[in-house]
Amino acid sequence: MTVKVLIPGPLRRYTANLESLELEGSSISEILADLTGRYGDLKKHLYNEDGKLRNFVNVYVNDEDIRDLNQQETSVQASDVISIVPSIAGGSSCA
Amino acid sequence: MLNPDIEKIELSKEEYERYSRHLILPEVGVEGQKKLKAASILCVGTGGLGAPLTMYLAAAGVGRIGLVDFDVVDASNLQRQIIHGTSWIGKPKIDSAEHRLKDINPYVEIVRYPVRLSSENALEIFKDYDIIIDGTDNFPTRYLVNDACVLLDKPNVYGSIFRFDGQATVFHYEDGPCYRCLYPEPPPPGLVPSCSEGGVLGILPGIIGVIQATEAVKIILGAGRTLKGRLLLYDALNMSFRELKLRKNPECPVCGTHPTVTSLIDYEEFCGIPQAKAEEEAAKATMGEITATELKQLLDQKADVVVIDVRNPDEFATTRIPGTTLVPLPTIEQGEGIEKIRSLVNGSDLVVHCRSGMRSAKALGILQTAGITGKNLKGGIHAWADEVDPSMPKV
Repeated sequence: MTVKVLIPGPLRRYTANLESLELEGSSISEILADLTGRYGDLKKHLYNEDGKLRNFVNVYVNDEDIRDLNQQETSVQASDVISIVPSIAGGSSCA
Repeated sequence: MLNPDIEKIELSKEEYERYSRHLILPEVGVEGQKKLKAASILCVGTGGLGAPLTMYLAAAGVGRIGLVDFDVVDASNLQRQIIHGTSWIGKPKIDSAEHRLKDINPYVEIVRYPVRLSSENALEIFKDYDIIIDGTDNFPTRYLVNDACVLLDKPNVYGSIFRFDGQATVFHYEDGPCYRCLYPEPPPPGLVPSCSEGGVLGILPGIIGVIQATEAVKIILGAGRTLKGRLLLYDALNMSFRELKLRKNPECPVCGTHPTVTSLIDYEEFCGIPQAKAEEEAAKATMGEITATELKQLLDQKADVVVIDVRNPDEFATTRIPGTTLVPLPTIEQGEGIEKIRSLVNGSDLVVHCRSGMRSAKALGILQTAGITGKNLKGGIHAWADEVDPSMPKV
């Protein structure tokens, strides 16, 4: 089953600037595995060293946070839209 | 205050005339306008978000507006920070903002805090205000603003921007979620590009800042439905708004049922800033540096040196040091850039540069582990503009 995944602006440089992708999977963990399988550089942005989803990257099924559902084991349907929403701060001046 | 004794608030003839379009709105009216006059709002930062939002709050007649900012106006601010004008370049932002706001509306009081917000001063500054608006641009200050608002039980009107994307919501209002419920931890420094590296559409903070101002005014009036419990996402490129549900985390360390953060902490430490700085210094110590003047001499002598620019293609297209080759940092991080540099260097000396020296230091660290050594241009292309070519724009 393919599901639509929206890629946020800050992460698009790792997905060849694509705003949305059709990814394979029936749960969030399967879909994110497909995503990081296709775009390996995204892995360190989504997961920490222990393989857990990072605390500053939220994943939503439609408008629901997966932390309020079944975390990464949340099941999805073909009609669902998955959003990845990282924290952004504004524009601190460094580099 | 938020529930004032409005019997005691008076509007002058001039104020009636000034606010006439509010007074005829049933949702505002004389009572609402008096509530606005009795209210106080603190805006942390008078930059991209603070500029438009404080202008509208002053125009709307919010009685007391506090401004926290220690920065000075820079030419590169004016593309988006519309409260500041060209004649204010080099002068304190807080002076410029106060001047503009008093011109917009002399009937509101402007209170100045020309300081860097810190764990030592935040509670003292916040305590006198009904609503706090977060117009900051960095993670440590955002967590500081959040925690101070929860500890003092004040609503935190949040907005944040990146390139073409914006977020807005209202935190810690009527028992709603706080910033830590949404994002328990900040990203480590360097993982997320900053606006000065990634750029930002100048109009974007205008949209998000004005949404923040709207939410603050609605809280004062007690009108409508606020963004409490909803994270608004704005995508300027597609001109689309979406909203996501935001719930209070019962285990939140600051607003949960058993809070572990009960006083303000060291937010630089929480965001990993000192560790990142120490690593950067350690990395710099092991790699050589070259000044812009020394590099110019080498290039004039036609020395056997390869100069690599690791900035983004857009930055390279805007301004560059003559004779340099572009290999953006992301391509080095991905590996292909390393091999490109290896074949370019091929026995020559290597100098790497970016805008001000941080990204090039990172690139050299990666190159070093791949067996390629080189020197970092101290101060980056900005130092070149200062020392070698004053006609070069510093972007």
